Amino acid sequence: MEKRVLFRSAWLPWLLIAPQMAIVVVFFFWPAGQALYQSVLQEDAFGTSREFVGMANFERLWSDPGYLESLQTTAIFSVLVAASSMSLALLLAVMANRVVRGAGLYKTLLIWPYAVAPVVAGVLWLMLFASPYGVIAFALQSLGYDWNHLLNANHAMALIVMAAAWKQISYNFLFFLAGLQSIPHSLIEAATIDGASPWRRFWTIVFPLLSPTSFFLLVMNVIYAFFDTFGTVDAATHGGPGKDTAILVYKLYYDGFKALDMGGSAAQSVVLMGVVIALTVVQFRFVEKKVQY
Amino acid sequence: MMVERRPVLDFVAHAVLVLGVLVIAFPVYLAFIASTQSAEQIASSHPLSLLPGTHFLETYRLALFGGKTHAGSTIAAGWPMLGVSLAMALAIALGKIAISLLSAFAIVYFRFPLKNAVFWMIFITLMLPVEVRIGPTYEVISNLGMLNTYAGLTVPLIASATATFLFRQFFLTVPDEMVEAARIDGAGPMRFFLDVLLPLSKTTMAALFVIQFIYGWNQYLWPLMVTTSEDMYPIVLGIKRAIFGEVYVEWNVVMATAILAMLPPALVVMLMQKWFVKGLVDTEK
Repeated sequence: MEKRVLFRSAWLPWLLIAPQMAIVVVFFFWPAGQALYQSVLQEDAFGTSREFVGMANFERLWSDPGYLESLQTTAIFSVLVAASSMSLALLLAVMANRVVRGAGLYKTLLIWPYAVAPVVAGVLWLMLFASPYGVIAFALQSLGYDWNHLLNANHAMALIVMAAAWKQISYNFLFFLAGLQSIPHSLIEAATIDGASPWRRFWTIVFPLLSPTSFFLLVMNVIYAFFDTFGTVDAATHGGPGKDTAILVYKLYYDGFKALDMGGSAAQSVVLMGVVIALTVVQFRFVEKKVQY
Repeated sequence: MMVERRPVLDFVAHAVLVLGVLVIAFPVYLAFIASTQSAEQIASSHPLSLLPGTHFLETYRLALFGGKTHAGSTIAAGWPMLGVSLAMALAIALGKIAISLLSAFAIVYFRFPLKNAVFWMIFITLMLPVEVRIGPTYEVISNLGMLNTYAGLTVPLIASATATFLFRQFFLTVPDEMVEAARIDGAGPMRFFLDVLLPLSKTTMAALFVIQFIYGWNQYLWPLMVTTSEDMYPIVLGIKRAIFGEVYVEWNVVMATAILAMLPPALVVMLMQKWFVKGLVDTEK
C-alpha cells in the first residue's frame, strides 16, 4: 500500500529515519550478527583466543543432555501455560460476554494482572506455596498432600506454570472477549430458534468461529512462555530443583554469564532466534490466510 | 449478548466471574496481608493469617526509605528504585514513540532510494526480542561504556519496530486530501507533520504509551545484566535483592516492595483502560 501524494526531498527522509536506523543497527544488527559469528567460534574462558569451529557449538548443544532437558522443560512449560491460561480465560470471557450488568466492572477486575511484572508474579506465587507460612501449601498439607517445590520437580513446574498462567489470563481474556463480541448475533439467534441449547451453541458455533483468535493466542502464549517468563522462574524456583525448571532463556543466561561459555551461549541464542522467526512466519502466513476469506 | 432468558445460567455466569475475580486477586491480597505483619509474625505463622496485621506503616516505611529491621538486617530504600523504574519506563515509552513517529512519517510520506531495504531492516526487528540476543547486546553496551547508565538500560529496548509498524498502519489510513490541502496552503512536510499528523495520532500515541510504559517498567533480565551499581536498580530488581540479599528473608518487606512495584503499572492499566485495550489489540494486529 502506498500513498498517492508524496513529499519530495533528497535529505529529509534520511534525517527522519536516522535515529531509528542508528538504534536498530547498533543494538539489533550488530548484536544479532555477533551472535551468529560467535556461534561458530570457540573462545577460551579468559577471552584471549578464538578459533573457528564451524558447527561444533551446535553439535555440542544437540549432544548435551542438559540442553535437551531444558528444551523438553520449556516445551512442557509452554504447553501447560498456554493450555491452562487459555482455557480459564475462555471460560471467563464466555461468562463475561453473557452478563449484561457489571460486565465493565468484571473486565476491569480481570485485566490488571497484565501490568504485573513476571518476577513479581513469581514472588507472589512463591509466597502461597512456601513452607510453612504458604497458605496453599498448608491447605494441601492438611489434606494429606505433601507439597515441596524445593525437592519435587513436578511441584516446582506446577508452581511456575501457575505463576506464569495467572499473569497471562488477562491478555487471553481480552482477546477472547473481543473475538466473542465479533460473532454475528444473528447466527446465535438462528441456532436458538432451532432449539440448540447454550452448551450445543457454544461447541458447534461459537468455538469454531473463535478458532482464528485461539490460534493467534496459542502462538502468543508460546512466545510469552519462551521469552517473558525469565523473571517468574528466577524468583519462584531459581531453575531448580537441580536444573528441572531451567527453561531455555534461563539456561542461556546462566551458561553465558555464570559459566562464561560464550560460544555455546551464542549457539543457544541462534537456536532461539530460529524459534521466534519460525513462530512469526507461522503467525504471518496465518494472518494472510485469514484476510483472504 | 442475551438471546433468551435463562436465570440459572445468568447466576452461573456471575458466580464464575466473581470466583475468577477473587482467585485472580487472591495472591495480591495475601501479599498485602503479609506486608501488614512483622517479619517475626510471618516466620512463626503456620500458615499466614488471612487478616491484616498492624505493621502496615512500619513495613512500608522500611520498604520506601530503608533502614534496620528488628532482626538486624539492612533494607535498601525503595523510593530511589521507583524513581529509576519511572525514568526507565518513561524513556522507553516516549523514546519509542518519538523515533517511530519520525521513521513512519518518512516511510509513508516520502519516496527515497533503498526505501524497501530500510523498511525491511526496521521490520525484521519485530521478530527478535532482546532476550534471544542478550549476550551480544550486553557486549555492545559494555564496549560502548554504557553499563550502569540510563542510556544502556533503555536504548537497546527501544530498538524494536512495534511502534513504527503501528504508526505506519495509522498514517496509511489518513486521507491523501489532507496532504493536498496542506500543500495548497503552502505547508512543507514538517509543518504538515506537526500541525496535521501529530494531532491526528493522539489516540494511537496514548495507546502505545500505556503498553510501552508497562513493558519498560516490568523489564527484569536486561537491568539484571547491565546494572551492577545499586543506585541504578529498578524496583523489580529490588525485590530480588530483598529476597536473596540477607540471611533472613523479611517477607513483609519483600511483599511491600512487590506491591509498590506493581501499583504504578496496574493503575496505568485500570485508569487508562480504553487506551490499554486499544494498544494491546492494535499492536498485535
